[in-house]
Amino acid sequence: MNVAFFFEVLIGGLLAGVMYSLVAIGFVLIYKASGVFNFAQGAMVFFAALTFVSLVERGVNFWIALVITLAVMVVLGMAIEKVVLRPLVNQPPITLFMATIGLTFVLEGLSQLVWGSQPHALELGIPDVPMEWLVQSTGIVISQTDLFAAGIAGVLVASLALFFQYTRIGRALRAVADDHQAALAVGIPLKNIWAIVWAVAGFVALVAGLMWGARNGVQFALTFIALKALPVLILGGFESIPGAIIGGLIIGASEKLAEVYFGPMVGGGIESWFAYVIALLFLLVRPQGLFGEKIIDRV
Amino acid sequence: MLYREAGQFKSTYAEDQQIFPIRQDRIAVAVLLAVAFVVVPLFANQYWLSAILIPFLIFSLAALGLNILTGYAGQLSLGTSAFMAVGAFMAYNFVLRMPWLGIIPSFVLAGLCAAAVGIVFGLPSLRIKGFYLAVATLACQFFVLWALQRIGWFMNYSPSGVIAAQKIVILGYAFDSPASKYMITVTIVAVMALLAKNLVRSETGRAFMAVRDMDVAASVIGIPMMKTKLLAFAISSFYCGVAGALYVFCYLGTVEPEAFTLDLSFRILFMIIIGGVGSILGSFLGAAFITLLPIFLSVASGAFSHATGMEPSHALLSNLELIIFGGLIIFFLIVEPHGLARLWQIAKEKLRLWPFPH
Repeated sequence: MNVAFFFEVLIGGLLAGVMYSLVAIGFVLIYKASGVFNFAQGAMVFFAALTFVSLVERGVNFWIALVITLAVMVVLGMAIEKVVLRPLVNQPPITLFMATIGLTFVLEGLSQLVWGSQPHALELGIPDVPMEWLVQSTGIVISQTDLFAAGIAGVLVASLALFFQYTRIGRALRAVADDHQAALAVGIPLKNIWAIVWAVAGFVALVAGLMWGARNGVQFALTFIALKALPVLILGGFESIPGAIIGGLIIGASEKLAEVYFGPMVGGGIESWFAYVIALLFLLVRPQGLFGEKIIDRV
Repeated sequence: MLYREAGQFKSTYAEDQQIFPIRQDRIAVAVLLAVAFVVVPLFANQYWLSAILIPFLIFSLAALGLNILTGYAGQLSLGTSAFMAVGAFMAYNFVLRMPWLGIIPSFVLAGLCAAAVGIVFGLPSLRIKGFYLAVATLACQFFVLWALQRIGWFMNYSPSGVIAAQKIVILGYAFDSPASKYMITVTIVAVMALLAKNLVRSETGRAFMAVRDMDVAASVIGIPMMKTKLLAFAISSFYCGVAGALYVFCYLGTVEPEAFTLDLSFRILFMIIIGGVGSILGSFLGAAFITLLPIFLSVASGAFSHATGMEPSHALLSNLELIIFGGLIIFFLIVEPHGLARLWQIAKEKLRLWPFPH
């Protein structure tokens, strides 16, 4: 086995895993704060990326487009909270889950209705080429875009961590995540908090949408990345941001390695389900995921 | 007045335990069956039979299967269409490779194959539950489709990746007109719905509901957790498998593995949510709603373009349809989270008192 090739596949997988984590973080944020399993996260990523790229194509300045898209996502998050979730408070989780699937349809239809359904290319100014110095010194080929995306993901996670740790809103968010009723009892306005969480999830969706869009182009297939993030979630635990990151890295790396070394044996194309099987096997050992809250009522 | 059970006394246990204890219900079911078996085949035209009624019945059957698993046993599953795919492709193979078997036994065997797959992918339910389980069933969805596409045997090495269902021949009679296909479908669906209705009021069905309501308490009172959960997966997958076989043999005719997408699973999940979780009737109501909605939308858009003279583009229509579909689902969940079956219950309460409010 070629060692350099092995490392190339491994690093490529880890970087792809970071991209999965970016999507997974959006799920975790909402699940933690409101107990809603937000299936519409993939559609939100698509919506954000499509809005941004369409604005840029209409000649809007890059940064202004970014700000406008961010504003749209924040408004969207708040609207979802008000129109969809607030009337469904105290319903069983499966009802809320179904509502977010309905929301997925609405968002997919809406974004294509407004911006059209043709695929777009997204240029972030980082060429998708291998890094010269790395190729020359070690022979490993790694794309600059991927590395840049990993960097962005790192910054995003760090800033989210700071936001949660040191701001007033962040502390309120953590309190709500811990215990809804206790948070209400000490006077934290639950409804505002949920609106904020959805807005933050919209922001994360925007970042994920930009990264994925730069990599694969902005097209309808972007909505399916939610399905890529789900095994990351069950591996890392629904409630844990570090879990989402580590889960993403594990899934990304093992998926790529399996595709390269094990895929040819069974006819290839295994990336559609391999991540799920890893996650499943893992769950048999640790049913609550890597960092999930321990559930004691196992039967 | 119309719907009053007062005065209907039961003097034997057999009477008390019959499947429809209220006389009005018995009459209603008899009328419904008469309409389904006699009136519809006589009067419905080809379009109604093959584009609306047959898919409605097939989806009802699949929804019934999912309802047994999700509504009665409380295990959320997103792999319904994978079980349908197993049923469809195994039925094709049984008919192809063992033609002496006959169609109906092939369907049953195909359902049993789906049940076996269901048991395998139900195993995680012994360790995890809730959304973790739902995501785990997605593994089934992707793995089954992948296996059907990659392993040529399932499709008889068809170079186009499409299989064509064989003709349905029972005792020398070829069922190839829409009306005869409808008769097969409605017979199978009626029999299986009756079985399901009986299942949920049997010991097994009560065990399912106990597991759904509180699994710890259920295991404390002596319900074997492993057997019950796996049985729920097996029965549910059996129903879905038969529905899948009917889907190919009576509705589509030709099919490829890509027809059984995650989208189809979601549609069936919507059916039971909108119809009513944990209700046999609800499966049918939900299937009717979801089957009719796209047809209604296209008719409405046709009327709209006819009235205004504008011709909306195809892309616009399909996007609008997505939005309306999703919006209606959210609306329904907000207005009536217990589904159409609950509305029917309320109507029955009202009928019981009508026309006097007290």
